[in-house]
Amino acid sequence: MNKSLGKKRIRVVIAKPGLDGHDTGAKVVVHALKDAGMEVIYTGLHRTIDEIVKTALEEDVDVIGLSIYSGAHVPLSKKLMGRLKEEGITDKLVLVGGNIPQRDIKTLKDLGISCVFPVGARLDEIVKFIKERV
Amino acid sequence: MKKSKSEELSEVVLESGIKVKPVFGPEDIKGLVYEKEIGQPGEYPFTRGIHPLMYRKRPWTMRQYSGFGTANETNQRFKWLLKQGQTALNVAFDLPTQLGLDSDDPFAEEEVGRVGMAIDTLKDLEEAFADISIDKISTSLTINPVASVMLAMYLVVAEKQAIPWDQIRGTTQNDILKEYIGRGTWIFPVEPSIRLIGDMVEFCSKNVPKFNPFSVCGYHIRESGATPVQEMAYAFEIAITYIQEVLNRGLNIDDFAGRIAFNFDIYGNLWEQVAKFRAGRKLWAKIIKERFGAKNPRSMILRMIAGGGGGGLTIQQPENNIVRGAYYALISALSGTQTMALCSYDEAYTIPSKKAALISLRTMQILADEMGLKDTVDPLGGSYYIEWLTDKMEEKIVECMKEVEEMGGMIKAVETGYIQKEVSRQAYMREIKIQSGEITKIGVNKYVMEEEKADIELHPFNPEVAEEQKKKLKEIKALRNNSDVKETLFGLKKAAQTNENVMPFVLNAVKSYATLGEITKVFKEVFGKFKEPVRL
Repeated sequence: MNKSLGKKRIRVVIAKPGLDGHDTGAKVVVHALKDAGMEVIYTGLHRTIDEIVKTALEEDVDVIGLSIYSGAHVPLSKKLMGRLKEEGITDKLVLVGGNIPQRDIKTLKDLGISCVFPVGARLDEIVKFIKERV
Repeated sequence: MKKSKSEELSEVVLESGIKVKPVFGPEDIKGLVYEKEIGQPGEYPFTRGIHPLMYRKRPWTMRQYSGFGTANETNQRFKWLLKQGQTALNVAFDLPTQLGLDSDDPFAEEEVGRVGMAIDTLKDLEEAFADISIDKISTSLTINPVASVMLAMYLVVAEKQAIPWDQIRGTTQNDILKEYIGRGTWIFPVEPSIRLIGDMVEFCSKNVPKFNPFSVCGYHIRESGATPVQEMAYAFEIAITYIQEVLNRGLNIDDFAGRIAFNFDIYGNLWEQVAKFRAGRKLWAKIIKERFGAKNPRSMILRMIAGGGGGGLTIQQPENNIVRGAYYALISALSGTQTMALCSYDEAYTIPSKKAALISLRTMQILADEMGLKDTVDPLGGSYYIEWLTDKMEEKIVECMKEVEEMGGMIKAVETGYIQKEVSRQAYMREIKIQSGEITKIGVNKYVMEEEKADIELHPFNPEVAEEQKKKLKEIKALRNNSDVKETLFGLKKAAQTNENVMPFVLNAVKSYATLGEITKVFKEVFGKFKEPVRL
């Protein structure tokens, strides 16, 4: 449908950084974004931040979504934002989802994360947020 | 105006796809022959329970998951839990340990001591069990791809406490197939991973007879999105895969089947869960007896830990999770489980705080001592609904197992990503149903409270643990005999390259204070790494 409007499909990479193996949430989001018409690349587990940045560049995505349940969301997000800055990438929407306590949301936003979707976030809100900004 | 419509009964369909009538009666179970399909507790096919007297003789074991930071901190928590009346330990390791990485590995950064305790060498496990007589407790080690190393460390700790191995009771989780499906701590490809499990079963059946070398986890499969029927069916197919591996080595089914343990999940519809476990016991007994020709009734019993699952807990209104935990414990007791554990109310956020862990323990104790759950065996047995549902669940589990077998079995189904895809699709459908309100979750889509702030006390993470752990590792590397380490690792490598059982070699490496990372590296060199099939 987007094609008929001459609009390119939104491209998203959903990534699992670090050692955390909880991938149910990430996969649910992949399904939801695909059903919303987006092109979604899922990295699989145990990715390094460097690998994620590389995938994002190679796949020319509009959105990078990190899914983290281990509690290491702040250091991992910091690392990603640092790497993106080094690469001079500023045009990508970066989202974080997973087991994120309320009190860390501001910290993540201060790092430059566009939006945080903790466990329990509505799938339609994630879709809406991306569509409004890409 | 719409009164007549709202008075109509809405249809009730369980997660497993079974339709429930408003009333059940004798006609619904008239085909069931008591002696054949139900039977007395402690007798084949064990539908009502695996022991004749169940909790009347001994209440369920209470085993909360715990462990964090350094081995010393964890040791303090263990001792505290045992003092509070917990009867067994369930050890949580941090992610680097679960993935065979030392604390100084760059990829372990930010994860040391976070979701469990950090173990680098034997020294750490010695400290974790300091002043705890491990012949008096049973210990569950929640570790999978490197379970062989943790078992070896635990056995050496026993040796140092002068406890003979035949007195050691416990379990290594060691269910790699479910790690590929959910939970995600895998390292090596499927075939060599299953070989390691076989090595451990063979070793334990000869040397550590009271130890369960693996515990098949329907739990994590369900947590990843499977229905209760899929949970049982996939767990059984996994167990059958491991059994086949061991039988191929020339062992008899009765040599080891009595040491097969299961770990199942509890959340969702109460009746469906109870029927799931009753059906599971019956079906497992039939499989072991009829398919594998076991003679010893002990081989046929479905021994399980069934715990209140995180999947049912909500991040919204977290105190409600205390109540959910109590109901899950009730379900577990009504289902005739041997061991119980509850996810604590704060586990939707992080590993349990001391307070939350204590509430979970007390929940199980109140149930055991105040509510009459120990009085009589299988109190729901004979209920028209429960017996009918047990029968239906068994039928569905058999159907689902057939699907996997027609595909060529569990190894194939996992290597191709079929199960992972199936389960993640289910998780997505469930999430959509929760978000649309089709599945009710209190506090999430019903009785929602606006502007709520999570202000519960959470388990704090101490970033200094990593530094402390790295320092300790450096000291041990300086103190140990490095030529011993080299030699034992070389021996291990040679064993891994052949068909020799690796366990004696892992034990030697552990004794020389080779690190978990060094031992894992040897396996990686020989076995390679698993390639995750990303099929969504």
